[in-house]
Amino acid sequence: MLKVNGVSRSFGDHRVLDSVSFDVKPGRMTGFLGANGAGKTTTMRIILGVLKADAGSVTWHGQPVTQAVRQRFGYMPEERGLYPKMKVADQIQWFGRLHGMSQAKAAATTERLLDELDLGTRANDKLEALSLGNQQRAQIAASLVHDPDLLILDEPFSGLDPIAVDTVLRVLRQRAADGSPVLFSSHQLSVVEQLCDDLVIISGGEIRASGERDELKQRYGTPRYELVVGSDAGWLRDVPGIKVTSVDGPKAVIEPASAEGFRAGGEALDQRILQEAMRRGEVRAFTPVVPSLNEIFKEAI
Amino acid sequence: MTSVEERTSVESRNDSGGVTFMQATWLVAEREIKAFVQMKGFWIGLAAIVIGLFAASILPNVLGGGDTKVAVTSTEVAQTLEAGSFDVERTDDVAAAEELVRTEEVEAAVVPDTTGQSATGVEVVALENPPSDLMASLGSPPPVNLLEPGDVSEGEKQLVIMAFALVFMLFAMGGTAIAQSAVTEKQTRVVEILVSTLPVKSLLAGKIVGHTLLTVGQVIVLAIAAPIALQAGGNEALLEVILPALGWYVPFLVFAFVLLASMWAVAGSLVSRQEDLGSTMGLVMALVFGPYMLVIMLSDNATAMTVLSYVPFSAAIAMPVRLFTGEAQLWEPFVSLGLIAVMIVVITAVATRLYTGSLLQTGGKVKLSRAWSSASD
Repeated sequence: MLKVNGVSRSFGDHRVLDSVSFDVKPGRMTGFLGANGAGKTTTMRIILGVLKADAGSVTWHGQPVTQAVRQRFGYMPEERGLYPKMKVADQIQWFGRLHGMSQAKAAATTERLLDELDLGTRANDKLEALSLGNQQRAQIAASLVHDPDLLILDEPFSGLDPIAVDTVLRVLRQRAADGSPVLFSSHQLSVVEQLCDDLVIISGGEIRASGERDELKQRYGTPRYELVVGSDAGWLRDVPGIKVTSVDGPKAVIEPASAEGFRAGGEALDQRILQEAMRRGEVRAFTPVVPSLNEIFKEAI
Repeated sequence: MTSVEERTSVESRNDSGGVTFMQATWLVAEREIKAFVQMKGFWIGLAAIVIGLFAASILPNVLGGGDTKVAVTSTEVAQTLEAGSFDVERTDDVAAAEELVRTEEVEAAVVPDTTGQSATGVEVVALENPPSDLMASLGSPPPVNLLEPGDVSEGEKQLVIMAFALVFMLFAMGGTAIAQSAVTEKQTRVVEILVSTLPVKSLLAGKIVGHTLLTVGQVIVLAIAAPIALQAGGNEALLEVILPALGWYVPFLVFAFVLLASMWAVAGSLVSRQEDLGSTMGLVMALVFGPYMLVIMLSDNATAMTVLSYVPFSAAIAMPVRLFTGEAQLWEPFVSLGLIAVMIVVITAVATRLYTGSLLQTGGKVKLSRAWSSASD
């Protein structure tokens, strides 16, 4: 498990990170969510030793992250870079060796990875000769070649073509399923929503929320029910204690008026409404509305 | 305050396949070398220098290979020589003939014997060695009067100094490849992956080692080619004199390259785009062109050359030149190399800090002061 403990960092007078703490657990995809400039990249750079922290620490399995430990990490920076004039296979092999692989093992893994990413036929082309999408695949190969213990990807989906997105998704899920923690940042909520198990939300250099995605949804999302009845649902507007967010003929979305939710004051408000609806006629659906990540995000920051 | 980096200094656990500093340095060096030898330009450049060397040595013989010019005072001898393949210049007296030899308008003069030992009654006057074809055509070898019995002519000396300076400049400028490599890594952001994987120092060290090895390789090729070229051009006398200087020139060139190598790397790391490289390479380029021009301009000034042969930046040309002209004592190149070595240590230490401090700063040109103070980040 990767633990970030109270990491702070300033650039000049500007405090970019303020006592940032969170965990990245094995076998789980952790989405690192925040607006541009919230401190995602700085945090990742500190984890990877590219930047120093002013205060705080980063530990891996309880041990400080040293150069040797870091060599077992895989990193894909946001502004991806490889050597333009180097051949694709040579390049990925070289990165493998840089991470401590033998020449033979690096060569074998490179070949397998490139085939997996449908780049096998371009192995001996210079990187600059590849299309942008293929360059991104080569980049993924470079961050995976040494079979990293931990994967850190900065905005892995930004600017990817749809096929490459699928490739990255497949690869990341596989890594997580194999037990490696995966930390990836994104400002695209929809992607994070379908992909991550855990969430870390950062804003203005402070962690606003972190934990399991579903738990966070419960904690930060406003509880809502969608009620579909046989006839007009307009009567809901007159029920005390609730707020009707939308009503469209027989369909309505309601939320509690007080911040304490549907169980405010020990009363089961949701159940009372359901009973009332059934008394008035047919009830076709009464479903809790799962809050979107977008909502959690707005709520949390 | 605890920082990640301080914690890093805690003894690292040596788990599966960690890469040591030396291994990391070598991997970087290996990549630099491979990238270079895969470029056509590299081989074309090296071939051009070797071809130039042979051309400079052989062409004068081929082009100027007509009749040997001889000044002659006696009509009788003149007729004999004109029958052979000599370009004869008639002069009225010995003084005029000697003057022509001194000004190198003729290669030798045939004048009446003054030694009394000549079987044919003539003697040959030449600057530092008599043309062999002339000696052969005069029957039993006449006595020879050498006006400047040095081993090497002034013209040859100038040519060698030019060659030393030119080759120095070519190799020293070769360091621009280090600057380009550094800026490429910044421009493509590959540097982020590198820094997260390797110690920054091994990245710099690898670049210096890689490019130094490339330079050593090329210098050795030239050091082997030069004597062959001189031999092919029939310049044996020059070869004999130049060999010790040439032997010294090799380590001096390599030291000079290493001296500038880390500075080239800093020049590259200060900017984020190839196009901006020109704005940071000025100082290093001045350290290449300055010594080149100073040595060429001051090559006749013994005091200046002595000073230049101890200044680390110009020693690589000035000391071999002084060894070549016979002005330097045997111990002098050792001292001079030692001074360069000390300077290398100082400059590399400063450059390492600047390189570390500027490597991750993107955007415009990084100021040196900022690079220096950011190094602790």
